[in-house]
Amino acid sequence: MQLVLTEEQELLAKTAGDWVREHSPVTRVRQLRDTNDPTGFSRPLWKQMAELGWVGIVFPEQYGGAGMGYADLAVVLEALGRTLAPEPFLSTVLLGGQALLVGGSDAQKKAWLPGLCEGGKLLALAQQEPKSRHDLFRVATRARPDGTGFRLEGEKIQVLDAQVADALLVVARSSGGERDAAGLTLFLVPRDAAGLRVTPQTRIDHRNAALVRLDGVRVGADAVVGAIGQGGALLQQVVDCATVGLCAEMLGATSQVFDDTLHYLKTRIQFGVPIGSFQALKHRAARVFMEIELARSAVMAVARAADAGDADFEKLVSLAKARCSDAFVLAANEAVQMFGGVGMTDEYDVGFYLKRARVAEMTFGDAAWHRERYARLGGY
Amino acid sequence: MADLESFREDVRQWLAANAPKSLVGMTGGDLEGNWGGRKATYPNPDMKRWLELCAARGFTAPEWPREYGGGGLSREETKVLRQELARAKLPPPLIGFGLTMIGPTLLMFGDEEQKKEHLPKICRGEIRWCQGYSEPGAGSDLAGLQTRAVLDGDHYILNGQKIWTSYADLCDWQFCLVRTDPNAKKQEGISFILFDMETPGVSVKPIKLISGSSPFCETFLTDVRVPVKNVVSKVNNGWTVAKALLAHERTMIADAFGSAAGGGKSRGFTALARDYLDFEDGTLADASLRHRIAQVEMDARAFLLTTQRARDAAKAGHAPGTESSIFKVYGTELNQRRLEVMLSIAGPQALGWEGAGFDERELDLTRQWLRSRANTIEGGTSEVQLNIIAKRVLGLPD
Ligand SMILES: Cc1cc2nc3c(=O)[nH]c(=O)nc-3n(C[C@H](O)[C@H](O)[C@H](O)COP(=O)(O)OP(=O)(O)OC[C@H]3O[C@@H](n4cnc5c(N)ncnc54)[C@H](O)[C@@H]3O)c2cc1C
Repeated sequence: MQLVLTEEQELLAKTAGDWVREHSPVTRVRQLRDTNDPTGFSRPLWKQMAELGWVGIVFPEQYGGAGMGYADLAVVLEALGRTLAPEPFLSTVLLGGQALLVGGSDAQKKAWLPGLCEGGKLLALAQQEPKSRHDLFRVATRARPDGTGFRLEGEKIQVLDAQVADALLVVARSSGGERDAAGLTLFLVPRDAAGLRVTPQTRIDHRNAALVRLDGVRVGADAVVGAIGQGGALLQQVVDCATVGLCAEMLGATSQVFDDTLHYLKTRIQFGVPIGSFQALKHRAARVFMEIELARSAVMAVARAADAGDADFEKLVSLAKARCSDAFVLAANEAVQMFGGVGMTDEYDVGFYLKRARVAEMTFGDAAWHRERYARLGGY
Repeated sequence: MADLESFREDVRQWLAANAPKSLVGMTGGDLEGNWGGRKATYPNPDMKRWLELCAARGFTAPEWPREYGGGGLSREETKVLRQELARAKLPPPLIGFGLTMIGPTLLMFGDEEQKKEHLPKICRGEIRWCQGYSEPGAGSDLAGLQTRAVLDGDHYILNGQKIWTSYADLCDWQFCLVRTDPNAKKQEGISFILFDMETPGVSVKPIKLISGSSPFCETFLTDVRVPVKNVVSKVNNGWTVAKALLAHERTMIADAFGSAAGGGKSRGFTALARDYLDFEDGTLADASLRHRIAQVEMDARAFLLTTQRARDAAKAGHAPGTESSIFKVYGTELNQRRLEVMLSIAGPQALGWEGAGFDERELDLTRQWLRSRANTIEGGTSEVQLNIIAKRVLGLPD
């Protein structure tokens, strides 16, 4: 594994960076929020991202993808993360799309992936529940046999992009107790299925998320994704890969909020000098910088491990997610403090990063949860 | 690549045929390692033979040019050599400031005569070097140093005091910073000069540390006559040379602590934990300690990945990136945290100074911890490193 960008990746980073600066400033996110935009992101831009090959970047060419890897995807997501682009990469490309790619039948893949890679079809993964916190396997939603199919009953929370998805991958328990890893099954359910109710939620970062109620939703046997009762492993794999993408996004956002802070330190004058000349702030800035460098190494390593199918992949996922969570929260907290009063205003962008940091930190397990997992994987 | 593999095969065969069996398993760290020099003692004569065999092949300084006693190897070949030594569990044949600090500096700044005189002796382990930078009044503010060097014909006459000179009592030569122009701006009146510790007027006095050992000394210089030809680079250009050497020093410190943090030399946490702590169903029962261990292990992993990233970037032909600026601060703090956690694991057994009730390993752990507190001071304190990052890397104003 080489922890360095290839020439193609350098080029991709530049293209993505230029594109983001031109098309996706933070003001766009602000506008989506202030206008209560029902879509929550930009469909035309999503289409453009698909045309640039980014939406399908990790999907095989036979489904209209680019057949590239996570190391490439990470470059794109880092660039998009810099300005908090809210497009549905996590929900559609990484969670829903990957679940179908890894676990889906031929028919499911053919039906969904080409449309997805084109920037048309959207997916979501309905996994989290009121009591699950970060535990992927704590699932109370039931799937009861019903004729040749199943009936789904339960409640999901904070499902990313559920309100815009064409279909949801619902994690439900077909057997076993509420905390068992075994007995989980994934179902592909159209959003307009009878008995399925989506209620948008507003979180601090104003990205799409929704409550999903399943009141006896009927699905056929062909809705099962992967093997019945063995969805746990699939879910873990898909969420781990999605975590790689999230980490790349977080790295971009962290780098940007830190760059903004540095700029402010050099330009804000107090006591007749730039505040960046005060050693108390210099040292804190240098410490944030160190954390970002370490996070970058972890992200590069985990993305390459995902591509190579490294045995160490799970540990690296936890390493990267813990680091990116801590680094993002630190950089955002420090940014607000170093901006002083204006850092608390809605007018400045810093607050957007602070809020996104908290949401991203809690998505797919926070730092403490991943340290615990790292310890477990390390045998202690 | 094929060449590299045949090189590996050669090294492997050579090691199998030549490496003394009695050295297998030695780590070659600070305490056990062979520092060489006139005063070196060899309780195990194989250590000396190992040095001579390696020196003859240029393996003590693999990357230096052959004409100065080095091996003339590429960076990749050097890496292979190191891997093969590790694989055979052999210690490096020689360690010390000659190889890591003054040698690379002379290669950059020395004149031909200086290189010819000093480098081969370093490679053969004949001369052990010490570093005369710090003074009682000039630590972090190194450029404020006061030791004077006054020209007298073809000699400089040195007067002053150095402090914290590591291993000065065991060393043969010193590279030293002296003030040659008291009227210039402080950085611009400094010269970098080399002298033999046996020159009349040089005396050293060991200083006892909190760990009980005396690895460093005060060095007193009274009318010490040093030939002008021993000035490295130009007179009054010593600050440039000094900074270049510090970069080598910090790389070395960061490397050492990075590999220690990665579990390089010492036993891992888990093994230690199994000796002292309760496990329930394969999990460490003390949850807070488990998290502290995980934190340090994860920090160490991220740190090692960062050093790898710097190496990979260099290999790919990129200029050194900003990441390398963090190695000294982060690597040393990490080493301290690692030892703090180990102390917590050993609990009351980590409190021994000597004698009954504590075994060798426990006493060694305690001394290592005490020693580690110096890591964030030596070679430029963490605060000074953070100043450098803020200024050079982040571009924050003075
Ligand atoms: C184990 C060990 C081995 C050593 N070996 C050698 C050797 O072989 N040769 C040699 O020449 N020297 C050696 N040193 C000396 C070492 O380089 C100095 O100790 C170091 O540079 C700090 O100087 P000082 O001790 O005078 O501390 P000071 O400079 O007095 O620092 C005291 C405190 O003030 C802080 N401080 C100082 N200036 C600033 C600033 N501008 N901003 C913020 N904080 C600041 C420091 O960070 C530190 O916390 C060694 C030291 C140790 C501990």
